[in-house]
Amino acid sequence: MTPAAAPSASSQPDVLPEGILLRVDGLKTHFGTGNRTAKAVDGVTFSLPRGRTVAVVGESGSGKSVTSLSIMGLIAPPGRIAGGRILHRDREGRVRDLARLTNADFRHIRGPEIAMIFQEPMTSLNPLMTVGEQIGEMIALHERISRGDLRRRVVELLKKVEIPAAESRADDYPHQMSGGMRQRAMIAMALACTPQLLIADEPTTALDVTIQAQILELMRRLQADMGMSMLFITHNLGVVAEIAHEVVVMYAGRVVEQAPAETLFGRPSHPYTRALLASTPDPDRDIAADGSRRPLAAIPGFVPSITNLPPGCAFAPRCPLAAQACRESPPELTTVAPGHVARCIRMEAA
Amino acid sequence: MTIAVARDVDQAPATPLIEVRGLVKHFYAPGGRIVHAVEDVDLTIGRGRIVGLVGESGSGKTTVGRTLLRLIEPTGGRMSFDGTDVFALSAREMRQWRRRMQIIFQDPFSSLNPRLTIRAIIAEALDTRGYAKGRARLDRTVELLELVGLSADHASRYPHEFSGGQRQRIGIARALAVEPDFIVADEPVSALDVSIQAQVLNLMEDLRRRLGLTMLFISHDLSVIAYACDEIVVMYLGRVMERGSSRDVRIAPLHPYSQALIAAAPVPDPSRRRVHVPLGGDIPSPIAPPSGCVFRTRCPKALPACAETVPPLTDVGQGRFVACLRVGAGGVSL
Ligand SMILES: Nc1ncnc2c1ncn2[C@@H]1O[C@H](COP(=O)(O)OP(=O)(O)OP(=O)(O)O)[C@@H](O)[C@H]1O
Ligand SMILES: Nc1ncnc2c1ncn2[C@@H]1O[C@H](COP(=O)(O)OP(=O)(O)OP(=O)(O)O)[C@@H](O)[C@H]1O
Ligand SMILES: [Mg+2]
Ligand SMILES: [Mg+2]
Repeated sequence: MTPAAAPSASSQPDVLPEGILLRVDGLKTHFGTGNRTAKAVDGVTFSLPRGRTVAVVGESGSGKSVTSLSIMGLIAPPGRIAGGRILHRDREGRVRDLARLTNADFRHIRGPEIAMIFQEPMTSLNPLMTVGEQIGEMIALHERISRGDLRRRVVELLKKVEIPAAESRADDYPHQMSGGMRQRAMIAMALACTPQLLIADEPTTALDVTIQAQILELMRRLQADMGMSMLFITHNLGVVAEIAHEVVVMYAGRVVEQAPAETLFGRPSHPYTRALLASTPDPDRDIAADGSRRPLAAIPGFVPSITNLPPGCAFAPRCPLAAQACRESPPELTTVAPGHVARCIRMEAA
Repeated sequence: MTIAVARDVDQAPATPLIEVRGLVKHFYAPGGRIVHAVEDVDLTIGRGRIVGLVGESGSGKTTVGRTLLRLIEPTGGRMSFDGTDVFALSAREMRQWRRRMQIIFQDPFSSLNPRLTIRAIIAEALDTRGYAKGRARLDRTVELLELVGLSADHASRYPHEFSGGQRQRIGIARALAVEPDFIVADEPVSALDVSIQAQVLNLMEDLRRRLGLTMLFISHDLSVIAYACDEIVVMYLGRVMERGSSRDVRIAPLHPYSQALIAAAPVPDPSRRRVHVPLGGDIPSPIAPPSGCVFRTRCPKALPACAETVPPLTDVGQGRFVACLRVGAGGVSL
């Protein structure tokens, strides 16, 4: 049994509802060819409303980074966008499909329209240049500006991300900064061209909780003050609850659920989302009054290999609700409530 | 053959299995400067108990765990293990003791030799125990694999054929091979995804119940520690700030650092979202720790006196110990 063939993506007009900055629609990003094809992203669909923070959550290898690199046009061979669209509305209100943009076009997108903080901060900061020089370079790439003004802008940005003694810190090399300071510098660099959309890939994962709390607070404030949209990638459900207005849950290269944060945590629909929440230790829930531990609701088995995905729902082999139909063809994303979608045919069975 | 005699925790002798007093570990940085990794740490671990060590990166958790096993030599202090002064043992005597204390590492990917099959990895550990070759050893290997939820078919495979959670199970099986009394688990679930982390946490609790294992569980994740441990020890810059039952420390932390750490831990519930940042700045360098209380430079409640004396870890009753000038008898904040 195969699902009805979707109309070819290019035949659809590039339209975006008002208030939506970015819509990823049926995105497929594959690596390699033939029967060794790694379907890292295989049908990712979600919308990012203007001025909101959408968190993408999923376990290691679920395709979070590949999704964000696809949006940024940074997929290099043997990787390729094998299908779907990435509709983006720019400052002028023009809607374009980023999946079909040339590298030259992307120069006007990266920086002023969409900026990204990468998962490995040390690889994206140049160890041989001061932090101030690197931020300045980013600004100078997109506008003509005098040296004096450039310096002022750099210091202003460092102050904006609450780096103390910003004037002298601008002359620090990355290794002279603590992890938390470096992450602030990375945020300053991403904000250098006041982007409409900030993609942050695990920006706090390498940090201690106390520093993480500072950075989350900063990002939340900047997002609100600048009216920016944010795509925040993390595997930590606690961080999601701290930062997100809406949540996208990924599993094995697909989106299984998108919902407003309160709904996702309060009334999750997809069995995977529910299982993820249940398996995260919560002492208030998991320790009985007599102090004994209740076993955590672990998800049996493990994530399938993306070179050998099951024909149906990728979660079916681990799902307590799976029925025969789940193993035959992948379910479609269906609407649970306005603004809430899930990819499951057995939701009512719970 | 049995895996180790299950000890009845309730009838355990009153003396704790592990007593550490005044543990100190210094390293030397370039230029001969001293790294105060661990300063004056006291620790008590009762038989069959799991004690959690929590604190920011660089607070000295791993160093404590490794010095207890003498994988690195302590600079000072004493440790009594089942009544024996372990730090006083000679290298040869230590070899006899080593099998009673094992470690589980954070990284299930690099802690297993990639060229050995699982059978060989466990056999290597069994050698220390002097297990006969052949049938008995194979039986024992299978028994250990089954104990951690794997099966006999896994024995002939190599580490790369396993998922992260399975590798961590193999690491646990290897540690259990020698029937240890005490296990240091250093961030045993930090590299694992939550769904797999839950499997391993359940396994560890199950083993504690069945084998009566005593454990020092190191993690920077407070919700993991609060769930998995009976007691919590909060460390900061090489020193113990607070110690008490898991429940007390989590629900009513007394030390300003424990309070900050708990407030900063993100909770998967947007209705419990925090409104302000509880703690500013970064952890200072252990090469030049602040005078007096090491936490005072970030403490929202610091007094001038905090710069002068190192607050001793004081018994405030009900198994609670706090190192803060502002916390008096009975845990009352002054
Ligand atoms: N350049 C590449 N070549 C081949 N496979 C790749 C490449 N980049 C990513 N992949 C694969 O794509 C899948 C998704 O990877 P991705 O980095 O997006 O995961 P993730 O969700 O970001 O995980 P993590 O939480 O570990 O960062 C993984 O199985 C990964 O091995
Ligand atoms: N071999 C060494 N030489 C010099 N300094 C060391 C050495 N080992 C550890 N340190 C230092 O001792 C301090 C404590 O380190 P330790 O690894 O015990 O911290 P930790 O609490 O386990 O941190 P993490 O959460 O990052 O694992 C750190 O400042 C560390 O840099
Ligand atoms: Mg990633
Ligand atoms: Mg450590």
